[in-house]
Amino acid sequence: MTTTETATARDYPFHGNVRPLLAEILHAVDRLLDTGEPTTIDLASLPFGPGELAYLEETLGTGELSANLDALGSSRIRETAFPGVWWLEHRNVHDEIVGRFVEITRTPEILSSQDADITAGRARLGDQLD
Amino acid sequence: MKRTPTVGEILQAKGVSRRGFLKYCATTASILALPPTMIPRIAEAIESARRPSVIWLSFQECTGCTESLTRSATPTVEGLIFDAISLDYHHTLQAAAGDQAEAARHAAMEENNGDYLVLVDGSIPLANPGFSTIAGISNVDMLRETVAGAKAVVAIGSCAAFGGIPGADPNPTGAVAVSELVTDKPVMNVPGCPPIPIVMTAVLAHFLTFGELPALDKHGRPLAFYGTTIHDRCYRRPFYEQGRFAETFDDEGAKAGWCLYKLGCKGPITYNACATTKWNSGTSFPIEAGHPCLGCSEPDFWDKGGFYEPLSTGNFDSGAKLAGAAAVGAALGAVAATAGRRRQAKYTKEG
Ligand code: SF4
Ligand code: SF4
Repeated sequence: MTTTETATARDYPFHGNVRPLLAEILHAVDRLLDTGEPTTIDLASLPFGPGELAYLEETLGTGELSANLDALGSSRIRETAFPGVWWLEHRNVHDEIVGRFVEITRTPEILSSQDADITAGRARLGDQLD
Repeated sequence: MKRTPTVGEILQAKGVSRRGFLKYCATTASILALPPTMIPRIAEAIESARRPSVIWLSFQECTGCTESLTRSATPTVEGLIFDAISLDYHHTLQAAAGDQAEAARHAAMEENNGDYLVLVDGSIPLANPGFSTIAGISNVDMLRETVAGAKAVVAIGSCAAFGGIPGADPNPTGAVAVSELVTDKPVMNVPGCPPIPIVMTAVLAHFLTFGELPALDKHGRPLAFYGTTIHDRCYRRPFYEQGRFAETFDDEGAKAGWCLYKLGCKGPITYNACATTKWNSGTSFPIEAGHPCLGCSEPDFWDKGGFYEPLSTGNFDSGAKLAGAAAVGAALGAVAATAGRRRQAKYTKEG
C-alpha cells in the first residue's frame, strides 16, 4: 500500500483504539451482573490518538446521576448513559486533570461517606451540643 | 534518630479527608502504573510510610532532567509526594551554597545512614576528574562518598543511566554511567532525554510507598514504565498493522496521521512510557506531533546512526524482522490497546 491512496475522514481521528475498550466495558458490565464484581479501568494507561478520548466520552454519554467532590481539588463523578458505567475525573487544586477512570460498579466507593470522616464529623457535631 | 511523621499523618495534618486520601491513592496507583486493584494496598502502605531523605547529585548534565521534573505543572498529588520526601540536597534547587550546602549533605547522610535515597543526573568523567567538580570535589569522589550510606541509588536521565551525550563517540571526558561505579547498592535507571516528569515522581512515590525500588528490566529500568515499547502503545499502531506509512513529512499519509516507521521511528525498539503518559501535562508526545521517536531511553541512542533512517537499515539491530512485519501488515486495529491491557493484567496477577 502506498500513500497515494487517499486517507478518508473515517481514518482520522479515529485510529481504532476505542472499540476494544468498549468491548472490555461490555464484558465488565456482564461480570457486574453475573457476580457483582466491579471493575476499574485507568484511562491513563491506554493509547489514544487525537480526538479518541473525547470520542469515548461522547460515546458513553451522560446518565441520570452526577456528583462533584471537593477534596484535594475537584472531582467529577458521573454515571454514563449506560447504568453501572461511571466516568470519574480527578483534578488537582490547579484544576489540572490528574486521573481519569471508568468504573463499572453500582456506586463508586468514593461517593460513600467514609468511616474516618463520619467519626470526625460526629465529634464536630457533638461539640456544637456542648 | 528523630521520629519523622508518616505520610498518613502529613495528609491528616493538612486537613485531607478520607475521601481525599482515596483520591490520592487512586491517582498514585495511576502514576505508578499499577492496576486499580492495587489501590487498597497502596492506601495501607501510604498510611504508615515515613518521609525518606533524598540527596540529588548533578554531574555532567545539561540540567534538562531537573527542568523536566520542576517544570512539570506539578499536580497536587506529586506536590504531596514532594512534601512527603525530604529533598535534603540538590545543588540547583537548594538555597544554601558552598560549605553550607556540603554540610547539609553530610548532615543528611549521617542522620539517615543506611536509609536515604541518592538521585544522580549526569554522567561521571573518568579521563580527568577535574573536568567536573562541585565545591572542589570531583564527581567520582562525591558519588563514592555519598552512596556509601545509601539504601539505593537512582540514575535519572540517559546520561546518568548510560553515559548519554557526554559519553557519545569519541567520549572526550571518559564519561561513564552511575552503574559502572556503584556496584554494591541497588541502582535503578530512569533514562530518557529527559525522563518523563511523572516517571521520576512515580519512582519516588514507589520508594515512599513500598520502601524499596520497583521491579527492573535488564537495563535496570522500572518495568512499570519501561516494560512495553512506544510502538506497543502507539495510537498509530493500527496504521502500522495495515501497512499505511508516511513516506515524507508532508505527504497525504503524514497529514492523515499514518505510521512514521519509514521516517525513522525507533518506537518499535524503544522502551518508554510517553505514548500514554505524554508530555507537557498530558498534552501529547512527539509521534502525536508528527515526529518519529528517537529512542531517547535506549543505551547509546545518540550513536546509532541517523534519526531519520528507518530501523530496517539496521543500526538499531532488530531491523530486518520489523521491516518484514511492517511490509506484511497484519491489519489488526486492536493490537495497541490489547498490548496495554496485557500489561495491566500482568501486574494484577503479581499484586
Ligand atoms: S513505528 Fe512509530 S509511529 Fe509507527 S506505530 Fe510504531 S511507534 Fe507508532
Ligand atoms: S517519542 Fe521516543 S525519543 Fe521522543 S520522548 Fe518519547 S521515547 Fe523519547
